Formats: sequence, C-alpha cells, structure tokens
Amino acid sequence: MNDLLDRALRGEEIAISKLLTKIESLSDEGLSYLSYLMRRPTKAHTIGITGLPGSGKSTLIAELIKEYSRKGLRVAVILVEPSSPFTMGSFMGNRIRMQEVATEGNIFIRSVSTEGNLGGLSLSALMFIEAFDGLGFDKIIIETVGAGQMDVDLKDVVHTKVVLNVPGTGDEIQVLKAGLMEIGDIYVINKAERPDVALLEDAIKFLIDSSESNNDENWKPRVVKTVAIKGIGVNNLISDIEDHKRYLIDTKRYDEVVRKRRIKLIEIYLRSYFNKIIKNLLSTNENYMLIINNNEFDFRAIINSLLGKIKESF
Amino acid sequence: MERRIKVLIAKLGLDGHDRGAKVIARGLRDEGMDVIYTGLRQTPEQIVKAALQEDVDVIGISILSGVYMELVPKVIELMKKYGLENVGLVVGGVIVPDDIPKLKALGVDEVFLPGSSIREIANSIRDVVKRKRGIKVE
Repeated sequence: MNDLLDRALRGEEIAISKLLTKIESLSDEGLSYLSYLMRRPTKAHTIGITGLPGSGKSTLIAELIKEYSRKGLRVAVILVEPSSPFTMGSFMGNRIRMQEVATEGNIFIRSVSTEGNLGGLSLSALMFIEAFDGLGFDKIIIETVGAGQMDVDLKDVVHTKVVLNVPGTGDEIQVLKAGLMEIGDIYVINKAERPDVALLEDAIKFLIDSSESNNDENWKPRVVKTVAIKGIGVNNLISDIEDHKRYLIDTKRYDEVVRKRRIKLIEIYLRSYFNKIIKNLLSTNENYMLIINNNEFDFRAIINSLLGKIKESF
Repeated sequence: MERRIKVLIAKLGLDGHDRGAKVIARGLRDEGMDVIYTGLRQTPEQIVKAALQEDVDVIGISILSGVYMELVPKVIELMKKYGLENVGLVVGGVIVPDDIPKLKALGVDEVFLPGSSIREIANSIRDVVKRKRGIKVE
C-alpha cells in the first residue's frame, strides 16, 4: 500500500494532514486516495452544526469535543469558513475556541474555506467527511458558515443536524421562515441565560408542532437550551444527539444518509467543475460583451454562442 | 491547480495585545491568502499542533511581550519534532534589532518590525513559501 495512505490509516497526524491537502487539490493522486478511503467501511456519526454568525457554534463544538474525547472517541472537526468574493482569501477564526482542547486526545481539526460556494458547504468539506470516515474516526463534526436562512446544504450530508438559535434575534416570524428552520433534528437555544428565551422556545416548539413537512414522521425535533461558554446544557445536547443516532440506526436510515451524502458529493464536484468552465468562459468573453451597445445586445444570440463554446470544449 | 497560500497567525505566550496580529491576518486575507487565526495566549504546542493539522505553508507569530528568545526556540523544536521543517516561520512585533540575526540563526525565515507594510509582508511570505514549500503561488 501507498506509504502516505498507510501512515494516515495508522493515525499519524502529519500524514492525515498531507492526505487532506492532496485530496483538496483535486489532483489525480488525491482523488485516488479518496476513492480508496471511500471503499473502506463507513461508520462515523456525522453531526452538522449550523446557525447564525455569532450564535456560538464554535464554542459549542469545543464543548462537544471535550465530552467525546473524555469518552475515548476519535473526533474529526471540519470548520467551514467564508472566503472573500473579491480575493478568494479568507480569515478563519473558528479554531480559536477549540485551541484548548485540540492538543488533548484523539482530535483532528481542519478548516476549509467556502471557495465562493453558496449554501454553506464546500467541495473540500464534503470530501473531508468521506476521508475522515474512511480513516476510522468515530464522530465527524461539521461547522458550516453562519449563512442563515438559506444554509440548507447540510440536509443531505450529515446524520444529525443541529441548528443553533439565540434569543433576541427577531420575532417568531423569523422562526417560521422556510429554509434553515426546517432542517434541524435538534434545535439548540444557546446563550439561554439571556432575556426572551421563553419567547424563542415557544416559537420553535410551535414551529415543530405545526410542521407537516417534517422529513421524518418518527423523529420529533428536540429543543435544548444551552449556555455553551459555561458548558451548561451540553450533556443534554449530547444525549439528544445520541438518541437521534440510535433512532437512525433502529429505523435503518443510518446508511442511507451515507449514500445520499455521496450523491451530494458527486453533485457538488460536478457543479464546481462546471463553475470553473463558466467562470473562464465569462472572463474571456466579458470585454467583448461590455462593448456591445444596449440596443444591439442580442441576449438569445449571445447565450447560444456561449453555449456553443462550452459544447466545443468537450 | 495552484493552491492559495495558507498561513497560521498566532499570538505566542502571555501577551494580550492582538490588534497587530488581526491587522496582519486581515491584510493577508485581502492579499488572497487563507489565514487561520488561533487567538491569544497560545502555547508553542497549541500553535504547532494547529499548523500540523491545517497543513499551513507558513506560521506567523506575533509577539509584543519580549520573550521571543525563550518561546520561539520551543516552537522551532516542536516543528522539528512533528516534521514541519519545510513550513515557513516568520515573526513580527516588538523585536530588538540585534536579536534579528539570532532569530534567523535559529531558523526563523523572516522578522518584521513595526512599520512593515502588509504588501511587504505578503511578498516576503510568498518568497518563503516558494523557497521552502517548492509550490507555485498565486
């Protein structure tokens, strides 16, 4: 077997780190490692944490890591952070809250930028989930960009979806909006020492009770109150997360999630491949399109000509 | 595919001032780099472990407390222990000019004093990455 892969499978951190970089680069070598890892047994419980910026996702994850590593579990954390639409650079600060726990136990934390993708997840993040699963981690926690209402990509990607809310971010109408507030298996009300917590709790419970679109009729979403920074409520959250895992296994849905997540990976890979083609095409034709007078701008002809160029390139 | 440069910016030791580190982190982001900021009061172990897991190209240490001659060697020692010899190491902050050659002799690639511009720092980081990592940079 390949040396790097072998060392990574034995848990050597630098090998895991280099392996992830090779996978992220989408090189042939990287993709062959990923393909190998994806054929290995899958068992990891994947947990997605999402919610508004500043709602306490990273702090809560640090608490989860502490508890899981106390139980002797091997934990991987993927932190998805926004990239600049202008320079593609990023400022990734989510690790700060986890630095204290990162040197203990069997914990591997890796940050990825969204690379301009919408929806809160990036191709790298999806590939890393597969890689960590193949490498034998027990828990894989994914923190997504705090994008808010449209941050629904997690839906087909993780086993257990945890959505964070904080009191004081708007009235109950916000909770009733479509999108993010439909995907949670567990809703966390963090910073629960603040005023208006009862109002938010009522609104979320109303949302859950009145929901007909629940993807799964046998799991009623849980509501947990936490003060992550003080570790309050974390044990309740963990027991709800474990209940949800058991529920998925009992109802034979656990493996189905893995299959769906792989279809999503293929979808996102293809999307990002075609995005690059479209970007290149636009940048090479932009100047030509900018100089056309408005009264001569033939939208249909331009679209057809660009589509023709895409077809030619295959 | 060319990769964006990945930099870890860290405050080393008992040092509560991070405005400078944040300005640098933000500036490097605007230069198109992926910047991981690990926050205040980091031990050498925490910094090197983060660099290891993130597979960064460069570690940038910001230090204003004056104890760089005590703590930077520990960082270098750990970098060797974990096999990060080909990761760049740059130090910035309040550094006595006479100590710059000493730091470089220890294995620090570049030292930036107050007044350095972001562009200057970014370009020097690009040079360090080219030299140490042997990768193409944008």
